[in-house]
Order: sequence, then structure tokens, then C-alpha cells
Amino acid sequence: MNAPRLRLDQVNYRYGDLQVLENISMTVQPGEFVSILGPSGSGKSTLFRLLTGAITTDTGTTEFDGKPLAGAERPFAFMPQRDALMPWRKILDNTTLGLEVQGMRRAAARERVAPLFSEFGLAGFEENYPTELSGGMRQRAALLRTVVQDKPMLLLDEPFGALDALTRAGMQRWLEAMWEKHRWTAMLVTHDVREAVHLSDRIYVLSPRPAKVIREIEIDLPRPRGRDAATQARAAAIEADILETLLKPDPDHSGGASS
Amino acid sequence: MSFSQSQSGRLAVQMISHIRHALPAVLAVGSLVLIWEGYARFSGVSPTTLPAPSRVLEQAFEYRQALFDNAIPTLRATLTGFALSLAAAFLLSVIIDFVPRLKRALFPVFIISQTLPLVAIAPLIVLWFGFGLLPKILLVALVTFFPMLVALSKGYEATEQDLEQLLASMGAPRWKLFWLARLPSSLPFFFAGLRISITYAVVGAIFAEYAGAAKGLGIYMLNAKNNFRPDLVLAAVLVSAALTLCLFGAAVLAERLAMPWTRRVSTGGQNR
Repeated sequence: MNAPRLRLDQVNYRYGDLQVLENISMTVQPGEFVSILGPSGSGKSTLFRLLTGAITTDTGTTEFDGKPLAGAERPFAFMPQRDALMPWRKILDNTTLGLEVQGMRRAAARERVAPLFSEFGLAGFEENYPTELSGGMRQRAALLRTVVQDKPMLLLDEPFGALDALTRAGMQRWLEAMWEKHRWTAMLVTHDVREAVHLSDRIYVLSPRPAKVIREIEIDLPRPRGRDAATQARAAAIEADILETLLKPDPDHSGGASS
Repeated sequence: MSFSQSQSGRLAVQMISHIRHALPAVLAVGSLVLIWEGYARFSGVSPTTLPAPSRVLEQAFEYRQALFDNAIPTLRATLTGFALSLAAAFLLSVIIDFVPRLKRALFPVFIISQTLPLVAIAPLIVLWFGFGLLPKILLVALVTFFPMLVALSKGYEATEQDLEQLLASMGAPRWKLFWLARLPSSLPFFFAGLRISITYAVVGAIFAEYAGAAKGLGIYMLNAKNNFRPDLVLAAVLVSAALTLCLFGAAVLAERLAMPWTRRVSTGGQNR
């Protein structure tokens, strides 16, 4: 196996008396799409807060490309749960936010982002405010804002959680196609089993609080997924299996985590 | 051709909807004035006790020069005091936002400053600072400062958590977080506070003038009252109300200009 891009080893986090993360170990390879799947409130977002530096670990190590993670400069581009677009900025200026924070001039940042609008299905909406866009378009704008920062890895925190079922399914297909093209190294947090199976190369299943890795599943399905009956049937079987694990956490079932 | 027709058609529809919107308010105010007019005319009450609205208007026109001359100093005190108050509220809100411990120290002081009865404070401020412009400015600032400070502070705190986490993940330092997220997030709150404050401003200036001044609507009202001219008191009240309404309108206009995104809500993107 080549060196992992991100490696968490025995990471613990306590909030007061509450154990939130317990001995979390996981890796993400370069170009790999990994999902963290767990029930609501299991500490999935806490994991991202650790990675982005909002909080610090109690024990355990976090390494990126073999070096420990520390300091304010993080190698991640983060996409929060709700789109977090600024209502007072036009879409174009929302998507340049990360570049501006990095110190790029606004005009230069615009020039860099503008050509990507059509690929993200946003052409013609550069000068609109976020309130004028549909939920799906807002999420695409948020993803554009994320990837344009050109960071080595994406952190996606339930990016489609606030969308209706139909829009969500469309966005999942779209994201899969975009990922196939760009092969971002990405970590997705979600509680949607189907979403995780549809998008991931690998899934870590977390237990309810305190969050432990109770399963690690390799998703070896051909892409694009969910287009032919055979793949769909296999995906459905995996989904059912994962759901079983989530609804009945069985200690005997936790094969992949510690081995 | 058909485009311009539909344009003007839409304009007419908008006009009608505006009129329909304002109609209840116009009717309510109109009937109150009519009742007042009727009572003043037919109940036999003396015009030196309760003048009819028609008499107030007539006298306001008669004394328009005096009213205008006295409105100018009031307006000057109001605007200067309000500008001072706005600057102070903004500066303090920023300092408090960066040093939260100061908030716990200072807020009780500000709250106490708002409990002081104006009737008692106004003459004291005049006693300390004389009959010039300064005591008026200070009193206007005193009554308008707090709502704006509270609104700004609340506004900063209303910044979306996701947005703060996003900016932190981008490596934004605290001042960038303030400039890019907290300050713009506070705008709707700030303008709500501004609307409240601006309605107090003219009243604050008049209070200060009432306590002692060479010129101004406040001292004009006091003199008119002492001369048994309630019609002129009410005429001055009318002018001060008009001033407040103008300032309120300016605040609403500033809000629209500062927050253009709140006006452009359409369903255009919803289907795509």
C-alpha cells in the first residue's frame, strides 16, 4: 500500500465528561473517496472540527502525507453542512471567498473561478445572489467554492442533507461524475447509507456516541454506479448490510476497524 | 410596443397595490383628525385648551418662518448627536466583539445609562455644558446610542456557525472573520436598531432644548405653552414629527442601498 494522504491513529476526544470520539483510526489514500457513515449526533462533524483545527485532540495522532497536522494552515478545503453561502455576496464572489482569504486579489480570483461556472451548472448566475438560486444550485456553488481553493483534500460535511430527496439523488450522480473526472481526495460525512454507497471507495461505519469505527467496507462497484440492474442489486445488498450494522450494533461484527 | 404596454400595465397594478396597502393607515389617521376637528368645533371647548387641527395647520402656516428658524438648530443637534452616537456605538461594538470580557464590564454601565429619567438628566446636562449645541448633542447621543450598540452586538453574534467554521478552515484570522462575516451578518440587526434609535433622536434634542436653549423647537414649544398658545405647541410638534419621519425614511433608504440582496428575491432559479 502506498503512503496514505490522511491517517488518524487512536484519536480520542472528550467534551467535558462526554466521550465523543473513541480510538478512531482511519486512513484516506490519495485520490480516494472515503465516507464516514454514522447515526446523527455520533460525532462525525466533531471529526471534521478536529481536522480543520477548530478543536484539538486529547490523545492520538493525525498525520497528513506522513507529517503531523498542526497550526492554522490546513491542507483541507471544507464544505459545511448547509451551503453557508454569504447572502450579501453574489454567487461569483461567494465562490472566490477561499482565494480571497488566501490573499488573492478579488479580480484575479474572479478570473480564476469564472471559467468553472459552466462545468458546475452555474453559467449565467454569476451576478445573482444566493437567495435567487435553487437548493441544488446553491450546493454546487458551495462545492465550487470548496474545490477552487486547490487544497490537497476535500472535507464534505453532509453536503446534501438539506436537499429534497429528488434533488439529492441528482446531486449525488453529479458529484460522482465530477469526482470521476477530477479524482479529488475526499472525505464525506453522511448519515445517508445510499449516498455513502453511491459515492465512496471505502466506508467507515461509526457507532452512536462515543463514536468508534465499527466497520470498514470496501465498495468495489463499477462507476458510474446505479445505472445498470446488476450494480444496483449489489449496491442494495451492501446498503441492507450496512443498515443492519447501524441499527443493531453487534460487537462481533466490528472486523475491519482494529485489524 | 406590447412590451412597454405591459410595463406600464404592471406599473399601474403596482400603484394600485401601494394605494391599497396604505389605505387603512390613511383612513385611521383621517378619521382621528376628523373626530378631533368635530369635537373642537362643536363641544364648545376653548381653542386655548384644545385647538382644532385646522387651526393648528393655519397657525403653522402663519408662523412658518419662526418654525423653520427653530427647526434648523434642532435638526443640527439631532444630526450631529446621531452621527456621534453612531460612531461611538460602532467603535464600541467592534472593541467589545474583539474583547468579550469588556462586554461584561461595560454593558451594565450602558444599561444603567438607559434607566436615567430624561426629565432629570436634561437640565443637569444643560447645567454642566451650557446653553450651546454640546448638551443637545450629548443628550441625543445618550438616547440613541444603546439600541444601536445592542443591535450591532447581537448582529455579530448572529453570524452563522457554519460560516465561521468555513472561514476558520480557510485559515482566516480573527479580523478577517469579522470583516468578511460578522460585520455583514450584523447589517439587518444594525438597521433595525437604527430605525428605533432615529425615532428617539429628535425627541432627545427637543428634551435638551426644553431644559434650556436659545433656539430650537423645544424652547419654541416651551415659550408657546407659556404664552397659552397650544396651537403653536402642536404646530411645533407637527414639525418635529415631520423631521422624525424624514429621518426614518432616510434610514429605510440607507438600508435598501446597503443591503441590495434583500430586494432581489425571485423564483427565477428555482426550476433549474
